[in-house]
Amino acid sequence: MNISGQEFIFGCSAIGAGLAVIAGIGPGVGQGIAAGHAAAAVGRNPGAKSDVTSTMLLGQAVAETTGLYGLLIAMLLLFVKPFT
Amino acid sequence: MNGIILAADVNFMIKGLFSYQLFGQTVWITTTHVSLLIVILLLAIFSICANRVIKKADPYAKPGTFQNIVELIVEMLDNMISGCMGKSAKAFLGYISTLFVFILISNFSGLLGLRPPTADYGVTFPLGLITFGLIFFNKIKHQGVGGFLKGLCDPWPIWAPINIIGDVAVPVSISLRLFANILSGTVMMSLVYGLLNKIAWGWPGFLHLYFDLFSGAIQTYVFCMLTMTYVADAIGDAG
Repeated sequence: MNISGQEFIFGCSAIGAGLAVIAGIGPGVGQGIAAGHAAAAVGRNPGAKSDVTSTMLLGQAVAETTGLYGLLIAMLLLFVKPFT
Repeated sequence: MNGIILAADVNFMIKGLFSYQLFGQTVWITTTHVSLLIVILLLAIFSICANRVIKKADPYAKPGTFQNIVELIVEMLDNMISGCMGKSAKAFLGYISTLFVFILISNFSGLLGLRPPTADYGVTFPLGLITFGLIFFNKIKHQGVGGFLKGLCDPWPIWAPINIIGDVAVPVSISLRLFANILSGTVMMSLVYGLLNKIAWGWPGFLHLYFDLFSGAIQTYVFCMLTMTYVADAIGDAG
């Protein structure tokens, strides 16, 4: 089987994109912890539900960023093809 | 090279519509410009209508539906900004409100079938640069050049390069966050419409609900909130 250099680079880019998306593990764990603590806080003090929810969403949205960097790298590798 | 055949149907890239020559440079009018113009047009029409209604408003009569909506929006933004910035809220009310409404409508414009303007790094990075400029300006204004240099050399002067990197990372991270969120929503929706176009009937509406409405609103709130926090931090106790 003959693989040209460009095809090889594209295949390696696809593998790299798959590896880059592993970055999604971290934000997943972090958002889960944040949501768990928010649920505990609401259980302790149900009156503060709206405040806790908005704070949780803000923190989760900030924590999501690192995962999105990985997604960005994956998309650059797959669609912009910087190395071909 | 053929690439992936399936990906041929998926199209979420920015497309150039036409180009012209300006001072020897080729300048492209892209889908982002068109979406931006439509968003600005919608906002301008809404603002003109709101202005007319509020100017004619009779304080003793029962307010109409549209007036109620406008008052609700203004009150919500007012509460959000004064809750975060305290005393210095008045000076930033106009800018942050404009930013909020603009980013919100830009993110929601995916519902109209447009490519959201905020899914273009060329739109979000200038917004991040404006935030950076505001931070810098307010730091110099309220803490003076001496205070600025002192903050740069926070605990010891050896840390200055790290502090500079931290300052420069602010506009990059704040704009990449908004850009990547909206771009991922756009990519998901174009994957659904491109690869499943035979069975994409009705149910992508729920995906729109999450990717466009929920994610867009959260990211708008986060962008404005972070801008306000950074600027309030730059003003410090002096404001």
